[in-house]
Amino acid sequence: MSITQLSALELRDHIADGKLTSEAATQAYLDRIEACDREIKSYIEVDADDALQQAREVDQRLAAGDSVGCLGGVPIAIKDLLCTRGQVTTCASRMLQEYRPPYNATVVEKVKAAGGVLLGKTNMDEFAMGGSTENSSIQLTRNPWDLSRVPGGSSGGAAACVAGGMAPLSIGTDTGGSIRQPAAFCGVVGLKPTYGRVSRYGLVAFASSLDQIGPLAWSVPDAALLLEAIAGHDPQDSTSAPKPVPQYSETVDQPLKGIRLGYPREHFEAGLNPEVAEKVQAAMDVYRSLGASITEISLPHSKYAIAAYYIIAPSEASSNLARYDGAHYGYRTDEQQLLRELKEERKTLEAAGKYDAVDDLDSPLIRMYRKSRAEGFGSEVKRRIMIGTYALSSGYYDAYYLKALKVRRLIRSDFDRVFENVDFVIGPVTPDVAFPIGAMTDDPLSLYLQDLYTAGANLAGITSISVPCGATASGLPVGLQLQAPAFEEERLLRAANMFQAETDWHTRRPTLG
Amino acid sequence: MSLSRQEVEKVALLARLQLSEEELTTMTTQLGQILEYVDQLSELDTEGVEPMAHAIDMSNVFAEDEVKPSLDREDALANAPKRDDECYRVPAVLGD
Repeated sequence: MSITQLSALELRDHIADGKLTSEAATQAYLDRIEACDREIKSYIEVDADDALQQAREVDQRLAAGDSVGCLGGVPIAIKDLLCTRGQVTTCASRMLQEYRPPYNATVVEKVKAAGGVLLGKTNMDEFAMGGSTENSSIQLTRNPWDLSRVPGGSSGGAAACVAGGMAPLSIGTDTGGSIRQPAAFCGVVGLKPTYGRVSRYGLVAFASSLDQIGPLAWSVPDAALLLEAIAGHDPQDSTSAPKPVPQYSETVDQPLKGIRLGYPREHFEAGLNPEVAEKVQAAMDVYRSLGASITEISLPHSKYAIAAYYIIAPSEASSNLARYDGAHYGYRTDEQQLLRELKEERKTLEAAGKYDAVDDLDSPLIRMYRKSRAEGFGSEVKRRIMIGTYALSSGYYDAYYLKALKVRRLIRSDFDRVFENVDFVIGPVTPDVAFPIGAMTDDPLSLYLQDLYTAGANLAGITSISVPCGATASGLPVGLQLQAPAFEEERLLRAANMFQAETDWHTRRPTLG
Repeated sequence: MSLSRQEVEKVALLARLQLSEEELTTMTTQLGQILEYVDQLSELDTEGVEPMAHAIDMSNVFAEDEVKPSLDREDALANAPKRDDECYRVPAVLGD
């Protein structure tokens, strides 16, 4: 078996046992990236020299008999939404194309402290806004299972690099499904932790009350390992929970007895691809055969999740993205040209005798903001800033934002009530499988509806995992979603691993190159 | 509910975005469609429901008032599009 087919846990153990060096493992992944990523384009930036240097340091520490942490020498890909000191952090935006953060995200520090080797930064939808990675201003990422299709998003590069064997572990972020949906589209495991489980410090903010960082991997135990490394309280993020972190990778292979699963009838209604439904039903049969009880449940407000989400997330985004002003960091428009333009506009208005309009002309500073942002942001980002600005504007705040927050409470209450009777909510991750590149570009609303089954977990703040559970007749992966109450990752991972122990979907690999 | 082009222009100013004529047209249509979709929330009775702004209930997370090292000036200015030795530079705010 080649190095890039080993699991992260196997890699770590081989490195610890001296069967393999971290440098050799890292080199194997760099070679694989070199061979396959021209086609897939999952990485925005790979710093091979830096990765090899990190790997050699781990090898030296091991040789000296020092402890190297739970990721000891394993290469890891990082979504380009997390700050890496001195290295590009573009958020797949023209706005931040040259940005090099002066500090590391806490998660990046934790990965390094646990002995992980940073391979590179992965592609995504600009500022994590989108579900196909087509909104990247840098490049188009392809689905390793079918190059004519999208990898999903926004963590499309994070999922595609794992599916393509170009990283054993990868870190993504999930605001409305951005880890789970690409994981499902690319046939890998993706976990959205409970809100507050993982520090968001150094994660470029999209919607602060919904964003969470989480792991992607082929197998549930590998995802458990990475979560163990990155979870925990951080004084730099006051919303991170001061709770101890279980050793997820130690317990993940212990099956749970007598689990109660509930499938929401709302997640199996019209709009669900019948092939997806069939694979998810088959997965429920696997759980039945393991002694689980499965009952129909109802999340009556789940059909409002997208409407609530597409008010709350853009509102928070419009506020968060106000920081890109062309003054402190990031893109700025050409100042001389902007001053000439304003002069011309003034002349034209004066010549036409429109003196009121002259008074309304932007000041040079305001015009600098407006042009920098117009030229630096892509169309989906602008669309969401506009929605959010509108929803928060005077006269509409109560009707939109406040209303959405109340509906959010109802969605959370649905989950609270359901979890009184079942341990996990089970169902599809997405209504459909990976769609062709370009299929939804002109129809933002249809793309938003892809988040129908996933956005609820973000609004409620609970934890949720996507696990590959089959493939369509044309060979496209299908994902199974399991959702658990807040801070139940330990049990969620064990339940998910019960499925993988019985099936081999997570061992199938696309053919590349 | 539909949105007028004038309203979209006003929101664009609030959002500090300069939209082209073409963008204003597309944005007016698309925002209208999205608002129409989210309007389904109005069919829900939310009288007496406590708004939920955050996933976890926590309030007033305090830190000790201690002096700690912070970002140094050079690091903070390193990514500035335009700067001098100690400040960010922007177009004139007052006058022409």
